[in-house]
Amino acid sequence: MDLLSTYIIHQADNALILGHRNSEWTGHGPILEQDIAISNIALDLIGQARNFYQLAAKRLNKITPGLDTTEDDLAYLRDTNEFRNLILVEQTNGDWAKTILRQYYFSSYQYLIYREQVNSRDTDIASISEKSIKETRYHLRWSSEWVLRLGDGTEESHERMIEALKMLSPWIAEMFLPSDFDYEAFELGAGPLPDTIKEEWFEQVNRLLEKATLPALPTDKKQMQTLSGKNGVHSEELDLLLSEMQVLQRTYPGNSW
Amino acid sequence: MNKEEIISILSQVKDPEIPVLSISDLGILRNVEISGEKIHIQITPTYSGCPAMETIREDIRTVLAIHGLKNLVIEEVLSPAWTTDWMSVEGKKKLVSYGIAAPVANGCLLSGDDQPESCPHCHSKNIELISRFGSTACKALYRCLNCQEPFDYFKCH
Repeated sequence: MDLLSTYIIHQADNALILGHRNSEWTGHGPILEQDIAISNIALDLIGQARNFYQLAAKRLNKITPGLDTTEDDLAYLRDTNEFRNLILVEQTNGDWAKTILRQYYFSSYQYLIYREQVNSRDTDIASISEKSIKETRYHLRWSSEWVLRLGDGTEESHERMIEALKMLSPWIAEMFLPSDFDYEAFELGAGPLPDTIKEEWFEQVNRLLEKATLPALPTDKKQMQTLSGKNGVHSEELDLLLSEMQVLQRTYPGNSW
Repeated sequence: MNKEEIISILSQVKDPEIPVLSISDLGILRNVEISGEKIHIQITPTYSGCPAMETIREDIRTVLAIHGLKNLVIEEVLSPAWTTDWMSVEGKKKLVSYGIAAPVANGCLLSGDDQPESCPHCHSKNIELISRFGSTACKALYRCLNCQEPFDYFKCH
Protein backbone atom coordinates (compact mmCIF):
# COMPACT_ATOMS: atom_id res chain seq x y z
CA MET A 1 0.00 0.00 0.00
CA ASP A 2 1.31 3.47 -0.81
CA LEU A 3 2.30 5.70 2.06
CA LEU A 4 -0.41 8.34 1.73
CA SER A 5 -3.12 5.69 1.76
CA THR A 6 -1.46 4.22 4.85
CA TYR A 7 -1.56 7.67 6.47
CA ILE A 8 -5.29 7.87 5.82
CA ILE A 9 -5.82 4.31 7.09
CA HIS A 10 -3.84 5.09 10.28
CA GLN A 11 -6.39 7.80 11.12
CA ALA A 12 -9.30 5.59 10.16
CA ASP A 13 -7.96 2.75 12.32
CA ASN A 14 -7.46 5.06 15.33
CA ALA A 15 -11.06 6.21 15.10
CA LEU A 16 -12.52 2.76 14.43
CA ILE A 17 -10.67 0.93 17.18
CA LEU A 18 -11.36 3.61 19.80
CA GLY A 19 -14.97 3.80 18.61
CA HIS A 20 -15.25 0.06 19.03
CA ARG A 21 -13.73 0.15 22.52
CA ASN A 22 -16.13 2.92 23.57
CA SER A 23 -19.07 0.95 22.18
CA GLU A 24 -18.19 -1.88 24.59
CA TRP A 25 -19.62 0.38 27.30
CA THR A 26 -23.04 0.50 25.62
CA GLY A 27 -25.52 -0.99 28.06
CA HIS A 28 -22.86 -1.10 30.79
CA GLY A 29 -22.22 2.57 31.51
CA PRO A 30 -22.01 3.76 35.11
CA ILE A 31 -25.19 5.81 34.74
CA LEU A 32 -27.63 6.15 31.86
CA GLU A 33 -26.59 9.61 30.69
CA GLN A 34 -22.95 8.57 30.47
CA ASP A 35 -23.82 5.29 28.76
CA ILE A 36 -25.50 7.44 26.14
CA ALA A 37 -22.61 9.91 26.03
CA ILE A 38 -19.93 7.32 25.40
CA SER A 39 -22.11 5.53 22.85
CA ASN A 40 -22.56 8.80 20.96
CA ILE A 41 -18.83 9.45 21.08
CA ALA A 42 -18.33 5.95 19.65
CA LEU A 43 -20.79 6.79 16.87
CA ASP A 44 -18.94 10.01 16.03
CA LEU A 45 -15.62 8.16 15.90
CA ILE A 46 -16.94 5.33 13.75
CA GLY A 47 -18.45 7.93 11.42
CA GLN A 48 -15.08 9.63 11.13
CA ALA A 49 -13.46 6.24 10.49
CA ARG A 50 -15.93 5.57 7.70
CA ASN A 51 -15.09 8.86 6.01
CA PHE A 52 -11.38 8.00 6.10
CA TYR A 53 -11.92 4.40 4.95
CA GLN A 54 -14.09 5.57 2.06
CA LEU A 55 -11.35 8.00 1.06
CA ALA A 56 -8.68 5.30 1.31
CA ALA A 57 -10.78 2.88 -0.75
CA LYS A 58 -11.31 5.55 -3.40
CA ARG A 59 -7.54 6.18 -3.58
CA LEU A 60 -6.60 2.50 -3.62
CA ASN A 61 -9.11 1.75 -6.37
CA LYS A 62 -7.75 4.62 -8.43
CA ILE A 63 -4.17 3.43 -8.00
CA THR A 64 -5.03 -0.17 -8.86
CA PRO A 65 -7.86 -0.34 -11.41
CA GLY A 66 -10.04 -3.38 -10.85
CA LEU A 67 -9.24 -3.59 -7.14
CA ASP A 68 -12.78 -2.64 -6.09
CA THR A 69 -12.03 -2.46 -2.39
CA THR A 70 -14.60 -0.93 -0.04
CA GLU A 71 -14.68 0.63 3.42
CA ASP A 72 -16.10 -2.65 4.71
CA ASP A 73 -13.24 -4.70 3.24
CA LEU A 74 -10.76 -2.40 4.91
CA ALA A 75 -12.47 -2.49 8.30
CA TYR A 76 -13.49 -6.15 8.42
CA LEU A 77 -11.06 -8.16 6.36
CA ARG A 78 -7.64 -6.89 7.33
CA ASP A 79 -5.56 -8.83 9.83
CA THR A 80 -4.11 -7.45 13.05
CA ASN A 81 -0.70 -6.69 11.57
CA GLU A 82 -2.29 -4.60 8.83
CA PHE A 83 -3.90 -2.21 11.28
CA ARG A 84 -2.03 1.03 11.90
CA ASN A 85 -3.72 2.41 15.00
CA LEU A 86 -1.90 3.63 18.08
CA ILE A 87 -1.45 1.09 20.87
CA LEU A 88 -3.20 3.62 23.12
CA VAL A 89 -6.60 3.13 21.49
CA GLU A 90 -6.58 -0.65 21.58
CA GLN A 91 -6.14 -0.72 25.36
CA THR A 92 -8.97 -2.40 27.21
CA ASN A 93 -11.53 -0.11 28.80
CA GLY A 94 -10.76 -0.93 32.40
CA ASP A 95 -12.79 1.25 34.72
CA TRP A 96 -14.41 4.59 33.91
CA ALA A 97 -11.27 6.47 34.96
CA LYS A 98 -9.10 4.60 32.45
CA THR A 99 -11.69 5.03 29.71
CA ILE A 100 -12.13 8.79 30.12
CA LEU A 101 -8.41 9.38 30.51
CA ARG A 102 -7.75 7.42 27.31
CA GLN A 103 -10.40 9.51 25.58
CA TYR A 104 -8.92 12.73 26.93
CA TYR A 105 -5.41 11.83 25.73
CA PHE A 106 -6.65 10.78 22.31
CA SER A 107 -9.08 13.65 21.75
CA SER A 108 -6.43 16.21 22.74
CA TYR A 109 -4.12 14.62 20.17
CA GLN A 110 -6.76 14.19 17.48
CA TYR A 111 -7.93 17.79 17.90
CA LEU A 112 -4.43 19.13 17.26
CA ILE A 113 -3.95 16.85 14.24
CA TYR A 114 -7.28 17.93 12.75
CA ARG A 115 -6.49 21.57 13.42
CA GLU A 116 -3.41 21.29 11.20
CA GLN A 117 -5.12 19.06 8.67
CA VAL A 118 -7.91 21.51 7.84
CA ASN A 119 -5.20 23.21 5.78
CA SER A 120 -4.19 19.99 4.05
CA ARG A 121 -3.33 20.23 0.37
CA ASP A 122 -5.43 17.12 -0.06
CA THR A 123 -8.93 18.58 -0.20
CA ASP A 124 -10.59 15.33 0.92
CA ILE A 125 -8.42 15.10 4.03
CA ALA A 126 -9.11 18.78 4.69
CA SER A 127 -12.90 18.28 4.37
CA ILE A 128 -12.97 15.31 6.71
CA SER A 129 -10.84 17.20 9.23
CA GLU A 130 -12.99 20.33 8.99
CA LYS A 131 -16.05 18.27 9.74
CA SER A 132 -14.59 16.01 12.39
CA ILE A 133 -12.85 18.66 14.45
CA LYS A 134 -16.15 19.97 15.79
CA GLU A 135 -17.11 16.54 17.10
CA THR A 136 -13.64 16.03 18.54
CA ARG A 137 -13.93 19.35 20.36
CA TYR A 138 -17.00 17.99 22.16
CA HIS A 139 -15.18 14.75 23.01
CA LEU A 140 -12.38 16.86 24.42
CA ARG A 141 -14.75 18.98 26.51
CA TRP A 142 -16.60 15.93 27.82
CA SER A 143 -13.46 14.01 28.74
CA SER A 144 -11.76 17.08 30.30
CA GLU A 145 -14.71 17.50 32.62
CA TRP A 146 -14.43 13.87 33.68
CA VAL A 147 -10.68 14.17 34.34
CA LEU A 148 -11.45 17.11 36.64
CA ARG A 149 -14.40 15.44 38.29
CA LEU A 150 -12.57 12.21 39.05
CA GLY A 151 -9.17 13.70 39.77
CA ASP A 152 -10.49 16.35 42.12
CA GLY A 153 -13.22 14.08 43.41
CA THR A 154 -13.38 11.54 46.17
CA GLU A 155 -10.44 9.60 47.59
CA GLU A 156 -11.46 6.58 45.54
CA SER A 157 -11.92 8.47 42.28
CA HIS A 158 -8.55 10.13 42.77
CA GLU A 159 -6.88 6.74 43.37
CA ARG A 160 -8.46 5.32 40.25
CA MET A 161 -7.17 8.25 38.21
CA ILE A 162 -3.66 7.68 39.59
CA GLU A 163 -3.96 4.06 38.52
CA ALA A 164 -5.25 5.09 35.08
CA LEU A 165 -2.33 7.50 34.64
CA LYS A 166 0.04 4.65 35.42
CA MET A 167 -1.61 2.22 33.03
CA LEU A 168 -1.74 4.58 30.07
CA SER A 169 1.66 6.21 30.47
CA PRO A 170 3.60 3.75 28.25
CA TRP A 171 1.34 4.56 25.28
CA ILE A 172 1.64 8.32 25.18
CA ALA A 173 4.95 8.64 23.34
CA GLU A 174 3.78 6.78 20.24
CA MET A 175 1.31 9.59 19.41
CA PHE A 176 4.24 11.87 18.62
CA LEU A 177 6.63 9.50 16.84
CA PRO A 178 6.51 9.95 13.07
CA SER A 179 6.29 6.83 10.94
CA ASP A 180 7.21 6.60 7.27
CA PHE A 181 3.67 7.52 6.24
CA ASP A 182 3.77 10.66 8.42
CA TYR A 183 6.91 11.87 6.64
CA GLU A 184 5.28 11.21 3.27
CA ALA A 185 2.08 13.03 4.24
CA PHE A 186 4.09 15.97 5.53
CA GLU A 187 6.16 16.17 2.35
CA LEU A 188 2.99 16.17 0.26
CA GLY A 189 1.46 18.91 2.42
CA ALA A 190 -1.31 16.49 3.34
CA GLY A 191 -0.79 16.49 7.10
CA PRO A 192 1.42 17.56 10.01
CA LEU A 193 4.34 15.73 11.53
CA PRO A 194 3.03 14.45 14.87
CA ASP A 195 6.12 15.55 16.78
CA THR A 196 5.23 19.17 16.03
CA ILE A 197 2.17 18.99 18.27
CA LYS A 198 3.92 17.23 21.13
CA GLU A 199 4.84 20.27 23.19
CA GLU A 200 1.39 21.79 22.95
CA TRP A 201 -0.22 18.49 23.89
CA PHE A 202 1.89 18.08 27.03
CA GLU A 203 1.31 21.70 28.01
CA GLN A 204 -2.49 21.41 27.72
CA VAL A 205 -2.69 18.04 29.37
CA ASN A 206 -0.44 18.97 32.28
CA ARG A 207 -2.43 22.17 32.84
CA LEU A 208 -5.61 20.12 33.23
CA LEU A 209 -3.96 17.46 35.36
CA GLU A 210 -2.76 20.16 37.73
CA LYS A 211 -6.28 21.56 38.01
CA ALA A 212 -7.50 18.02 38.70
CA THR A 213 -4.95 17.69 41.55
CA LEU A 214 -3.20 14.94 39.60
CA PRO A 215 0.56 14.57 39.03
CA ALA A 216 1.97 16.07 35.84
CA LEU A 217 3.21 13.85 33.04
CA PRO A 218 7.00 13.82 32.83
CA THR A 219 8.18 15.37 29.60
CA ASP A 220 11.88 14.74 30.00
CA LYS A 221 11.85 11.09 30.96
CA LYS A 222 12.89 8.66 28.23
CA GLN A 223 9.68 7.15 26.93
CA MET A 224 9.00 4.38 24.45
CA GLN A 225 11.12 5.26 21.47
CA THR A 226 9.98 2.67 19.04
CA LEU A 227 6.87 2.77 16.98
CA SER A 228 4.59 -0.12 17.45
CA GLY A 229 0.91 0.02 16.51
CA LYS A 230 1.61 2.54 13.77
CA ASN A 231 3.84 -0.08 12.15
CA GLY A 232 1.40 -2.93 12.57
CA VAL A 233 2.98 -4.41 15.69
CA HIS A 234 0.14 -4.67 18.17
CA SER A 235 -0.63 -5.98 21.61
CA GLU A 236 -2.73 -9.14 21.80
CA GLU A 237 -5.61 -6.89 22.87
CA LEU A 238 -6.13 -5.99 19.23
CA ASP A 239 -6.29 -9.67 18.18
CA LEU A 240 -9.11 -10.20 20.66
CA LEU A 241 -10.88 -7.02 19.64
CA LEU A 242 -10.73 -7.83 15.93
CA SER A 243 -11.88 -11.42 16.50
CA GLU A 244 -15.05 -10.02 17.95
CA MET A 245 -15.45 -7.13 15.53
CA GLN A 246 -14.75 -9.11 12.36
CA VAL A 247 -16.19 -12.53 13.10
CA LEU A 248 -19.56 -12.01 11.39
CA GLN A 249 -18.16 -10.52 8.19
CA ARG A 250 -15.48 -13.17 7.96
CA THR A 251 -17.91 -16.02 8.62
CA TYR A 252 -20.58 -14.77 6.22
CA PRO A 253 -18.63 -12.79 3.63
CA GLY A 254 -20.57 -10.20 1.70
CA ASN A 255 -23.68 -10.45 3.84
CA SER A 256 -25.55 -7.44 5.13
CA TRP A 257 -28.34 -7.05 7.65
CA MET B 1 -40.07 18.65 -13.75
CA ASN B 2 -37.76 21.50 -12.81
CA LYS B 3 -35.29 22.07 -9.98
CA GLU B 4 -37.67 24.08 -7.79
CA GLU B 5 -40.37 21.43 -8.00
CA ILE B 6 -37.92 18.72 -7.02
CA ILE B 7 -36.65 20.77 -4.08
CA SER B 8 -40.25 21.25 -3.02
CA ILE B 9 -40.87 17.50 -3.13
CA LEU B 10 -37.68 16.85 -1.18
CA SER B 11 -38.88 19.20 1.56
CA GLN B 12 -41.30 16.41 2.42
CA VAL B 13 -38.37 14.30 3.60
CA LYS B 14 -38.20 14.72 7.34
CA ASP B 15 -35.47 14.02 9.83
CA PRO B 16 -36.39 10.56 11.16
CA GLU B 17 -35.49 11.55 14.73
CA ILE B 18 -37.09 14.99 14.67
CA PRO B 19 -40.06 14.62 12.31
CA VAL B 20 -41.04 18.28 12.45
CA LEU B 21 -37.88 19.23 10.58
CA SER B 22 -37.33 18.63 6.87
CA ILE B 23 -33.93 18.10 5.29
CA SER B 24 -34.28 21.62 3.92
CA ASP B 25 -34.93 23.09 7.38
CA LEU B 26 -31.80 21.33 8.63
CA GLY B 27 -29.56 22.36 5.76
CA ILE B 28 -28.90 18.70 4.93
CA LEU B 29 -30.12 19.18 1.37
CA ARG B 30 -27.41 21.20 -0.33
CA ASN B 31 -28.19 21.19 -4.03
CA VAL B 32 -30.21 19.68 -6.84
CA GLU B 33 -29.01 19.66 -10.43
CA ILE B 34 -30.79 18.21 -13.43
CA SER B 35 -28.80 17.04 -16.44
CA GLY B 36 -30.98 15.50 -19.08
CA GLU B 37 -32.92 12.67 -17.49
CA LYS B 38 -30.63 12.37 -14.47
CA ILE B 39 -31.21 14.18 -11.18
CA HIS B 40 -28.12 14.89 -9.14
CA ILE B 41 -28.81 15.48 -5.44
CA GLN B 42 -26.21 16.70 -2.98
CA ILE B 43 -26.70 16.15 0.73
CA THR B 44 -24.36 16.73 3.63
CA PRO B 45 -24.22 14.64 6.81
CA THR B 46 -24.71 16.44 10.10
CA TYR B 47 -22.51 14.46 12.49
CA SER B 48 -20.01 11.96 11.04
CA GLY B 49 -21.71 8.98 12.62
CA CYS B 50 -25.30 10.12 12.25
CA PRO B 51 -27.30 6.93 11.67
CA ALA B 52 -30.26 8.88 10.29
CA MET B 53 -28.40 9.59 7.03
CA GLU B 54 -29.11 6.07 5.70
CA THR B 55 -32.82 6.52 6.34
CA ILE B 56 -32.77 9.98 4.78
CA ARG B 57 -31.16 8.61 1.62
CA GLU B 58 -33.83 5.92 1.34
CA ASP B 59 -36.58 8.44 1.98
CA ILE B 60 -35.22 10.69 -0.78
CA ARG B 61 -35.38 7.79 -3.23
CA THR B 62 -38.85 6.81 -2.05
CA VAL B 63 -40.42 10.26 -2.24
CA LEU B 64 -39.01 10.90 -5.71
CA ALA B 65 -40.06 7.42 -6.91
CA ILE B 66 -43.62 8.25 -5.89
CA HIS B 67 -43.41 11.09 -8.41
CA GLY B 68 -42.00 8.74 -11.02
CA LEU B 69 -38.45 9.99 -10.69
CA LYS B 70 -36.00 7.13 -10.39
CA ASN B 71 -32.96 8.25 -12.33
CA LEU B 72 -31.04 9.80 -9.45
CA VAL B 73 -27.58 10.12 -8.04
CA ILE B 74 -27.32 11.05 -4.37
CA GLU B 75 -23.95 12.42 -3.42
CA GLU B 76 -22.77 13.11 0.11
CA VAL B 77 -20.52 16.15 0.30
CA LEU B 78 -18.42 16.80 3.36
CA SER B 79 -17.24 20.31 2.60
CA PRO B 80 -18.19 22.93 3.59
CA ALA B 81 -18.82 21.22 6.91
CA TRP B 82 -22.45 21.15 8.02
CA THR B 83 -23.23 23.66 10.73
CA THR B 84 -26.35 24.51 12.72
CA ASP B 85 -25.90 28.01 11.28
CA TRP B 86 -27.61 26.54 8.20
CA MET B 87 -30.77 25.70 10.12
CA SER B 88 -33.62 27.93 8.98
CA VAL B 89 -35.37 30.31 11.38
CA GLU B 90 -38.55 28.36 10.62
CA GLY B 91 -36.75 25.21 11.55
CA LYS B 92 -35.66 26.61 14.90
CA LYS B 93 -39.22 27.65 15.73
CA LYS B 94 -40.50 24.17 14.83
CA LEU B 95 -37.88 22.64 17.14
CA VAL B 96 -39.01 24.71 20.11
CA SER B 97 -42.69 23.92 19.58
CA TYR B 98 -41.71 20.24 19.36
CA GLY B 99 -40.07 20.55 22.78
CA ILE B 100 -36.41 20.73 21.75
CA ALA B 101 -34.37 23.84 22.56
CA ALA B 102 -32.94 25.36 19.37
CA PRO B 103 -29.22 25.97 18.79
CA VAL B 104 -28.36 29.50 19.83
CA ALA B 105 -27.99 31.95 16.96
CA ASN B 106 -25.01 32.29 14.63
CA GLY B 107 -21.33 31.81 15.16
CA CYS B 108 -21.85 28.13 15.84
CA LEU B 109 -18.75 27.30 13.86
CA LEU B 110 -16.47 28.61 16.56
CA SER B 111 -18.71 28.55 19.59
CA GLY B 112 -17.45 27.78 23.03
CA ASP B 113 -19.88 26.87 25.74
CA ASP B 114 -23.23 27.33 24.05
CA GLN B 115 -26.31 27.03 26.23
CA PRO B 116 -29.97 26.90 25.28
CA GLU B 117 -31.78 30.20 25.61
CA SER B 118 -34.61 28.84 27.73
CA CYS B 119 -36.78 25.86 28.52
CA PRO B 120 -38.83 25.01 25.39
CA HIS B 121 -41.80 24.09 27.58
CA CYS B 122 -42.18 26.98 30.03
CA HIS B 123 -39.52 29.38 28.62
CA SER B 124 -37.81 29.84 31.96
CA LYS B 125 -34.08 30.60 31.89
CA ASN B 126 -33.55 28.64 35.11
CA ILE B 127 -32.09 25.53 33.49
CA GLU B 128 -29.20 23.16 34.09
CA LEU B 129 -27.13 20.73 32.04
CA ILE B 130 -27.56 17.04 32.79
CA SER B 131 -25.40 15.57 30.04
CA ARG B 132 -23.44 16.81 27.05
CA PHE B 133 -24.96 14.05 24.94
CA GLY B 134 -28.67 13.32 24.72
CA SER B 135 -30.67 10.71 22.87
CA THR B 136 -28.61 11.45 19.76
CA ALA B 137 -25.11 12.86 19.23
CA CYS B 138 -26.52 16.19 18.03
CA LYS B 139 -28.41 16.85 21.25
CA ALA B 140 -27.53 17.52 24.88
CA LEU B 141 -29.79 16.84 27.85
CA TYR B 142 -30.99 19.65 30.10
CA ARG B 143 -33.43 20.03 32.95
CA CYS B 144 -35.70 22.97 33.70
CA LEU B 145 -35.57 23.92 37.37
CA ASN B 146 -38.75 25.88 36.99
CA CYS B 147 -41.23 23.42 35.49
CA GLN B 148 -39.07 20.40 36.42
CA GLU B 149 -39.24 18.94 32.89
CA PRO B 150 -36.20 17.51 31.11
CA PHE B 151 -35.58 18.61 27.54
CA ASP B 152 -33.17 18.04 24.68
CA TYR B 153 -31.02 20.87 23.34
CA PHE B 154 -29.97 20.79 19.69
CA LYS B 155 -26.32 21.71 20.11
CA CYS B 156 -24.53 24.47 18.29
CA HIS B 157 -22.28 22.73 15.73
